[in-house]
Amino acid sequence: MGDILGLVAKRLGLGLVILLVISVIIFFMVELLPGDIAEAVLGQGATEENVRNLREQMGLNDPALVRYFDWLKGAVMLDFGRSIVTQETVMSVIGERFRNTLFLATYAAVIAVPFAIVLGVIVALLRNSVFDRVANVLTLTSISSPEFFLGYILILYFSVKWSMFPAIASLSDGMSFLDLLERTFLPALTLVLVVTAHMMRMTRAAIINLLASPYIEMAKLKGTPPWKVIVRHALPNAWAPIINVVALNLAYLITGVVLVEVVFVYPGIGQALVDAVSKRDFPVVQACCLIFAATFILLNLAADVGAILTNPRLRHPK
Amino acid sequence: MEDIATLFYFGMSPSVFAIVYFAVLLVASCAAAYYNQRSAFLLIFSLTLLSIIVGIIGGASALSMIAVTAFVIAMAAMMSYAFREFLILIVSTEMAKELRTAPLTAAFGMFIIFIYAIAGIFAPWIAPHGEAEVIASAFAPADENMLLGADQLGRDMFSRLIYGTRNSVGLALTATLLAFFMGAFAGLLAATKGGWFDNFMGRVADVIMSIPSLIFALLMLSIFGPSMPVIIIAVAIIYAPRVFRLTRAVAGNVVVMDYIEAAKLRGEGMWYLIRREILPNSTAPLIAEFGLEFCFVFLLVAGLSFLGLGIQPPTADWGSMVRENATLISFGEITPLIPAAAIALLTVGVNFVVDWMLHRSSGLKE
Repeated sequence: MGDILGLVAKRLGLGLVILLVISVIIFFMVELLPGDIAEAVLGQGATEENVRNLREQMGLNDPALVRYFDWLKGAVMLDFGRSIVTQETVMSVIGERFRNTLFLATYAAVIAVPFAIVLGVIVALLRNSVFDRVANVLTLTSISSPEFFLGYILILYFSVKWSMFPAIASLSDGMSFLDLLERTFLPALTLVLVVTAHMMRMTRAAIINLLASPYIEMAKLKGTPPWKVIVRHALPNAWAPIINVVALNLAYLITGVVLVEVVFVYPGIGQALVDAVSKRDFPVVQACCLIFAATFILLNLAADVGAILTNPRLRHPK
Repeated sequence: MEDIATLFYFGMSPSVFAIVYFAVLLVASCAAAYYNQRSAFLLIFSLTLLSIIVGIIGGASALSMIAVTAFVIAMAAMMSYAFREFLILIVSTEMAKELRTAPLTAAFGMFIIFIYAIAGIFAPWIAPHGEAEVIASAFAPADENMLLGADQLGRDMFSRLIYGTRNSVGLALTATLLAFFMGAFAGLLAATKGGWFDNFMGRVADVIMSIPSLIFALLMLSIFGPSMPVIIIAVAIIYAPRVFRLTRAVAGNVVVMDYIEAAKLRGEGMWYLIRREILPNSTAPLIAEFGLEFCFVFLLVAGLSFLGLGIQPPTADWGSMVRENATLISFGEITPLIPAAAIALLTVGVNFVVDWMLHRSSGLKE
């Protein structure tokens, strides 16, 4: 067990280091601006005094390193400063939205994960059959379509032509949970379509890889029924790749969510990020980027740790 | 609208259409079963069973949708088949042998790429109107002058679609080439040099790859503003690490070969080693990676321009065309989806070709 804990601790430490490096990149990238943030935000028509005031207000007169550590200290306690545009605290802009985004991603994941894994295993078992080929073409098509294409197709059919679900996923206080599920069904479905395709392909590849190994051949040769080969022999070793696939795709959900939120006008953090980018509201951009990057790294870490924990060779050392 | 409806029923009345529809399917599945075409039979007969259910729920119009889809797929398959045979005839015997192994999907992909290349190169001659030329009122419907109607400013959608090939694909291609050049160069250098340089580049790639690509692109665009060079460089930086990793891995296997050792003993320089010994032995996976990379870059750039942060107006660009005309969708119009479909179609085509190449170069385990 000590071995496993050591490995896991090492991975966690590595993840933390990468997160730190990314925070440095996110912070100091803004410093690369010609002039400084105050000038960039106010534009060319700004008077000397305005620029000076903004600098004062944002604390730009301190050296960059001091500001970085202040920012990092704030970020750890979820205080990202104030938005340049609205003057509200960044947390009041994105706090609620982050919860909405998490809800949407979870909604999509709850549908997509079981669906994709079951389909992936079935397709792997039927490999090279007609169904496998059809599934291959369908998943490739789904992967190749931009999220907004799938999203608008769903809007066109499900909300405009058949009026089954609302096209705009606006949320209001005091909505019942069922209402919420109905309102966010189309954005969630868009994400499900994209992620399922990715996940299915990866699950299929992982299982086929496994089925090619000699011990599966052995199990087949001694006459074990096919379902038992899968459940008893293949599955215990398949967990690691499958967990990996799931975590990687959940990480993929994070980027997909930005476009989907914009298509469905969903009040999530992705839309906040896009708005902030076009208004050049740097504190909000930095905060959103850091949150997205942290989630992404966390999921990748989870994949690594999951792979370590489910690896039979590590669990039962000789 | 009337003539479009009869077109969907192939000129028949709905009830006759439904009878003919099932008759064709049943005859086809019986024929497939009789001639021992197992997989074809499975496919056609499961389609028949599915059609019964769909027909009960959705009536003849749902069946016509399936029929039209099947018709389109059949046409595409025939086109791909003919295109593959055509290619086999015009290329050298060596290439022809390879091409014969290409599945229909790969041939379809090549056909798509060919069409897009034509549209991109000859855009000014194909497009009936100028890229930014206002010729009608906003959202004017299609007429004999405008194939797809007008966009939100009264510009011809079809012409913009054609010009968009040039801009959207051109931008993605440039960014991919740059990413590929940077990544492959660094990878080859890391593989031949090894040591601290290898380690350092590896760590840099790790860090860049642990930031989600769209987020990183948005961060860079927010700082440097959305202009063509910034997009190209940002996207290239984001995707170069993937190429770096692959090149490093592939070249790493080649570097340990004896003939490299022999070349080193001959006193050949590093540049010679890379150019004459390593590169020729790692092209196959690199070409496939180029295709994959192009798909990722293309989708990312399309996403950025959909968000209004890509190529700036009035230059025609597919991603922003979708966004600008999205209001039409709420009136049940499909025109705004056409540029999005154009994006999807090219990505699908490239992916089909890459799929075949990967299959061929790895000689898969299956």
